Amino acid sequence: MHIMEGFLPVGHAIGWTIAAAPFVVAGSIALRRTLRARPEARLTLAAASAFTFVLSALKLPSVTGSCSHPTGTGLGAMTFGPAVMAPVGLIVLLFQGLLLAHGGLTTLGANVFSMAIAGPWVGWAAWRVATRLGLSTAVAVFLGAALADLATYVVTSAQLALAFPDPASGVAGSFAKFSGIFAVTQVPLAIAEGLLTVVVTAALVGRERSGEAGLHPIAGGR
Amino acid sequence: MDLSLSRGRSLLLLALAAVIVAAPMVLPGIEGAFSGTDDVASQAVEAARPGYIRWIEPLWSPPSKEIEGTIFALQAALGAGILGYVLGRRHGSRRRDVDDR
Repeated sequence: MHIMEGFLPVGHAIGWTIAAAPFVVAGSIALRRTLRARPEARLTLAAASAFTFVLSALKLPSVTGSCSHPTGTGLGAMTFGPAVMAPVGLIVLLFQGLLLAHGGLTTLGANVFSMAIAGPWVGWAAWRVATRLGLSTAVAVFLGAALADLATYVVTSAQLALAFPDPASGVAGSFAKFSGIFAVTQVPLAIAEGLLTVVVTAALVGRERSGEAGLHPIAGGR
Repeated sequence: MDLSLSRGRSLLLLALAAVIVAAPMVLPGIEGAFSGTDDVASQAVEAARPGYIRWIEPLWSPPSKEIEGTIFALQAALGAGILGYVLGRRHGSRRRDVDDR
């Protein structure tokens, strides 16, 4: 879940906004360039953005006895590169901040940084590393999606820890406390998102192979 | 990227994801009201910094839980609609490719 409106001190709110802004600008430029070079990618991009829209609307129960929602940013990061997810995530966060009082405008920079920048980059990197290591595409996509989701909330925890260090144990103690709330809750949800993303990615980019699925008997001779 | 899954595998992965999501509601020993982690975190901030008052309120909040639920459903419906449209088109165009052959 995102950091609520007014729950970051002014300095932190401004700092995270300044940190996130260049990524959003660079991502928008990358997005335009991608669409100009590959107009046919428009539909895939719409699907990847829509996936983030759906998943971040679903508040799901977790083992900690609280609820959180997945992020859905890994799919787009793996198909389009992590940069384009910054403007995509911004749109989702604006929708939720303005219409749902979920997140907010003063915490928008921090939330964009965690969900639309850190998550996609971590997920993309995990997917690349897994592919280089020779893991199967399905496993690599699973790792990319699950870690993009989890990393988002690790960063959220760090943002709150920096803003509210524990009087006794400092930032580290506070990070442990907020991770217990956000990151631990997220673990099963990230795994579920990873599994779902494998299925959706296959439906989006996959090519049926002969005889494998039995989905298209007519393709059997290919 | 090339990734293909058989229908059986896809259904298995989806079922597994559904089980993981549903499990916390039925597993014994999980305590909690399943409130949002953002609320839990806000309470943690207020506990750690007694007297911390959010310095700005949201511009607009849904007037009730019901209306909030509707807007969340709208968000999911928009996303699912677009996603379904694209997946359907992909599926259809693949079939046409095959038929042309």
